[in-house]
Amino acid sequence: MNGKHRKDGPHDDRVPAYDASVTEGAPAAGTGSHGVERGPRELSGQGRTVLVTGASGMLGEHVARLLAARNWTVRLLQRRHAPLADRSDVEEVLGSVTDPDAVARALEGVDDVVHLAAKVSFAGDWDEFVMTNVTGTRVLLETAKRAGVENVVFVSSPSVAHTGVSIVGEPARPADPVHARGNYARSKAAAELLALEADGRRLRVTAVRPHIVWGPGDTQLVERIAERAARGRMPLLDHGAALIDTTYIDNAAEAIVRALERIEWAHGQALVVTNGQPRTVGELISGFCRAVGVQPPTRRVPGAVARLAGTLIEKVWAVRPGTDEPPMTAFLAEQMSTAHWFDQRTTREVLDWTPAVTVEEGMRRLAEHYRTHPLGAHDAPVPATGSTAADRG
Amino acid sequence: MARRRPSTTPQHEGPDAARLPMTEVPLPGVDPAWSRTVTVASTAPVEPVPGRRRRWHLLDNAASLEAAGLTPRGTVLAVHGNPTWSYLWRDVLAAGLDPDNPWRVVAVDQLDMGFSERTGLFRRLDDRVRDLADLTAALGLDDATTPVVTLAHDWGGLVSSGWALEHPAVHRGVVLTNTAVHHDGSEEIPASLRLALAPAAHGLLTERTTAFLDVALALADPSLPPEVRAAYRAPYATSARREPIRNFVADIPVPADHPSHARFEQIAAGVAGLDVPALFLWGTGDPVFQERYLQDLVRRMPHADVHRYEGAQHLLPEARDIAGPVMDWLADRFGGGPTRRELHLQRRATARGAHVPFAAELDERRADPGPAVVDMAPSSAATGARAHVAPVRASLSWAELADRVDRLAAGLLGIGVRPGDRVNLMVPPGSELTALVYACLRVGAVVVVADTGLGPKGLTRALKGAGPDWLVGIRKALVAGRALGWPGTRISLERLDPVSRRALGVAHDVPGLLESAPRADLPASDADADAVVLFTSGSTGPAKGVVYTHRQLSAMRDAVRGTYDLAAGTGLVAGFAPFALLGPAMGTTSVTPDMDVTAPKTLTARALADAASAIRATAVFLSPAAITNVLATQDALDEGRRQALARVELVLSAGAPLPEPLLERLQALVPAATLHTPYGMTEGLPLTDVTLGTIRQAGRDSRAAGAAVAGAGNGVCVGTAVHGAELGVTALRADGAPGDEVTTGPGVTGEIVARAPHVKDRYDRLWATEHLSTQLPGWHRTGDVGHFDAAGRLWVEGRLAHVIVSAGGVLTPVAAEHAAQAVPGVGRVAVVGVGPVGRQVPVAVAETVPPAARPGPADPLLAGAVREAVREATGMDLAAVLVLPEHPTDIRHNSKIDRALLAGWADAALAGGRIRNP
Repeated sequence: MNGKHRKDGPHDDRVPAYDASVTEGAPAAGTGSHGVERGPRELSGQGRTVLVTGASGMLGEHVARLLAARNWTVRLLQRRHAPLADRSDVEEVLGSVTDPDAVARALEGVDDVVHLAAKVSFAGDWDEFVMTNVTGTRVLLETAKRAGVENVVFVSSPSVAHTGVSIVGEPARPADPVHARGNYARSKAAAELLALEADGRRLRVTAVRPHIVWGPGDTQLVERIAERAARGRMPLLDHGAALIDTTYIDNAAEAIVRALERIEWAHGQALVVTNGQPRTVGELISGFCRAVGVQPPTRRVPGAVARLAGTLIEKVWAVRPGTDEPPMTAFLAEQMSTAHWFDQRTTREVLDWTPAVTVEEGMRRLAEHYRTHPLGAHDAPVPATGSTAADRG
Repeated sequence: MARRRPSTTPQHEGPDAARLPMTEVPLPGVDPAWSRTVTVASTAPVEPVPGRRRRWHLLDNAASLEAAGLTPRGTVLAVHGNPTWSYLWRDVLAAGLDPDNPWRVVAVDQLDMGFSERTGLFRRLDDRVRDLADLTAALGLDDATTPVVTLAHDWGGLVSSGWALEHPAVHRGVVLTNTAVHHDGSEEIPASLRLALAPAAHGLLTERTTAFLDVALALADPSLPPEVRAAYRAPYATSARREPIRNFVADIPVPADHPSHARFEQIAAGVAGLDVPALFLWGTGDPVFQERYLQDLVRRMPHADVHRYEGAQHLLPEARDIAGPVMDWLADRFGGGPTRRELHLQRRATARGAHVPFAAELDERRADPGPAVVDMAPSSAATGARAHVAPVRASLSWAELADRVDRLAAGLLGIGVRPGDRVNLMVPPGSELTALVYACLRVGAVVVVADTGLGPKGLTRALKGAGPDWLVGIRKALVAGRALGWPGTRISLERLDPVSRRALGVAHDVPGLLESAPRADLPASDADADAVVLFTSGSTGPAKGVVYTHRQLSAMRDAVRGTYDLAAGTGLVAGFAPFALLGPAMGTTSVTPDMDVTAPKTLTARALADAASAIRATAVFLSPAAITNVLATQDALDEGRRQALARVELVLSAGAPLPEPLLERLQALVPAATLHTPYGMTEGLPLTDVTLGTIRQAGRDSRAAGAAVAGAGNGVCVGTAVHGAELGVTALRADGAPGDEVTTGPGVTGEIVARAPHVKDRYDRLWATEHLSTQLPGWHRTGDVGHFDAAGRLWVEGRLAHVIVSAGGVLTPVAAEHAAQAVPGVGRVAVVGVGPVGRQVPVAVAETVPPAARPGPADPLLAGAVREAVREATGMDLAAVLVLPEHPTDIRHNSKIDRALLAGWADAALAGGRIRNP
């Protein structure tokens, strides 16, 4: 496929910045053939080290495993030790992305970075979001430049461009920190702008925005929905008919790895990643619940009422936070009552990728997982505060 | 039809819309580079000082053409009416910049109007014609080496026609929209205009207030966006600037003593002598320039191309996209080569061998005493002991039919029916209608057959469009015609009492015509003259008139006779309207069963059996709705009637393809018959034929593993082309539009195109529609999509307008719908596209059994089952399954689901928020 997308490369005039690290079998570097036209090439993990942040989350862990399987030497930057780091081909640096020293240590000898660490929550203080999501990204990028890192994949979220109106078959729009909804989306939007601004000759940066990632063992979405439904706290907004895109975990991880492999095509732009199979909210929630083994919700709440209730609850929560996430926030209500599904043509062409697991196959795998790992059998899900990785566009 | 406007350059819309130096009002759609001012010495008689220089404002795209490096093919001289200005033509100016078909467009503001000078003089018609001549002389148009085509609206029609008559050296074409060049005084001028003309009213209406302006602007359909309305008002902000509107209105030269009357008559007479190409674009909903002004223009310029925009109001250029059709027409007429129509006529199919007149068979049998046409009486009339006797209401032998046709023909000529006159026959199918049809054809009159199933509104629209000169009707039709204002001199089917006669405006009656002695001096028949006007179903927008010539009507007879091998003397139950008239032409004996013709589903099994037994019929032509009801009422059949049906050898169901299970049930009722369900449309009937046997085989082929027959499946198999017809498809491109290569390659999905001697001559007074339908000259575009299989069978996949253009390519709905309908608990399904074209996702909208209480998403389990069934059958990934209590359908068929409406509804429902009824 080399050359197939040559005309689409956003910066054809650029000379690849890393002659020494191109795919095996490429012409030997340093032959002095500067005048010779050469098309973009895919990266291979062989001989390269990648730093993955936020690998304690579901998506980060999948990405790290996949990179290791593609022959990258994988290093993790995380705050607490994770079992994944026990593997012989995985290194670990303990620390926070907001700590410049820890980041500098983590980036020593690193060629590529996949940055997933973020504060993901539907509620919470603005300052906390800024610290983890914006400052953390800035520290990482600045340190990466100094450390000679060549490629960064910034894992973002479609919510950075979601201003509350429905999105129907549109491509990725620019991140909008002013109009994005909620602290999470606004802080991620600012971070994505920072990241793409850093894209240049020596450091290539791309932003990948997986939309609503789900899969087995997903404490963030699937189990949360199932638990709320079991407790009767999961109403359907309006008719549950809003059509939304989601991404099965394996597809999201594959797309992120493809973004690194094909960074010559992908850099400098944001790409929304989904299964390309929009479904109604009601069908998704019902599917999750059935897969987990709980009764799907039947109670209906008008979207406008839910949005208003969400706003009020958010305000109350800000003053007197509960132990769990608020039951409904204005952001969540909006997400679940307006259509958002995307045009995947550019993404698929740039990444030369198509999702391997359909929504239906994903549901089957989900059901299989919860048949062998029933929901009540292990510890209750951890509240999603602090630095985690899975993204909840 | 929704207002379609070519997208204007974005920088000319919204708050940044162009502004001209003379006004603060933004003018959306206008490029400021088009605006220019020209000062011209006036030679108008009204000027007290000859040669007084007058300042004109124009919109002229010459500079834009030059900037783009385009050499125009000619110049369009566009003249607005009252009280608009050159703003009216902004889309035409923009369309003129097409690199493939560049035209200079000079749109003038007449003096005292728009942003041209207020001269303070009362400029009458003659002055205005002079003014325009002064201007074109100054612009150098009088010496143009390329064609000048006039384009005009409203009273601009008269002014521009006056100019055209005086510039024959450069004037090469006429385009007129909702205008008039003459008013003969025999009918009153339209009420709204009369009000404006009343001396007391018109000053008040036109000068002191903006009322006249407002009324004129309100005559746009749909109503104008506020910013466009503001742009129209921009030059008429003050009373002083409005005064000339009053003068313009006052100069409408109606009475013979009006100062402009002579000039008016002179121009009107001159127009009749114009033989340059002409195009009349007409909004039929205009309360001022009504249909009769179009007819007046057509009488003056019978060679003109006409397109009627159903329901569009006075400001036609605002209500519809006329720039597109105008430019298409200019390209067609002035593109250098033959016109599309000329190419179409050269390339389309004509019958092999000599033309055999439609009625030849009837003429040959004029001595035959055997039955030709039989009408059945209600079967309920015969009960008890006589229940087995088929009640015949009327019967004509061949000799009687021939005599009746001869007398009617003589009678029609006697009352003044001339060749080419259109005669609307509002008479139920049966012997009387048959005789009238053959009589009209005999004298060269054009038969207009409108189906009462169109409903009163649809029927009225269709009839006003066809503009029949005569109306022959049963009493009910005459009453409706009176109430609804149907055109045509009235001829009653029955003899009426004098009171009714007067009340219904009846001039003649059929019994009277029948008293005429047959005449030998009938007009010679022209095989290529119009013979009939039929109407499309109207399931997609207003019904379209479809014209067949005598030659094409004969070809239809030969196609049906040849395909179904109907020997002369065969007994035929004629229960399907268009084919019912073919009986005598084919030499078959026809019987019309007892049924309410406006509702085919009223045909009972008993009535069908009685009709069949009356003439020992072996062939039956029915509509699908009639077949459904026959099956539903078959329990009422006694043994004798069952035997009558058991003699039937051929059943033909025309109108819509019958599903296989229904055919299987029908087969049980007519065990000896071959069942045919042909594919076709009003524009070409039939195009293919398929039997139940073929449908079964096709089904097996589509289910067979390993694709035994390439291309089998994904649609409804409609069989192979009928006698004389040629079919192909034009492959759809990725954007869903058909290409221009005709293929029959297996598995290639495209728009179905047809070429056959019995395909229509043209659409009636729908130039733009006809132009599109013959985009591939020689072929008729059906608007359906489908593909062939390796066995040469055609599979229909749906309507072109209903294809789903997804990111992965074009998806067609029919096969997915069939798969979805097979899921237990699912009724009728329509698969529609949701989202922007090119990125649409397919969504199934289903009726359920039992019906859903309210519209909304399907139960997730049902949705999953439907999705799986559709994926299995077609590979299509449904984004969602919605249910509703009942699909919106068109009234006439009660079968065609209104998919455009559904798609819009599904789009809104799946965007989130509350779900309303479609």
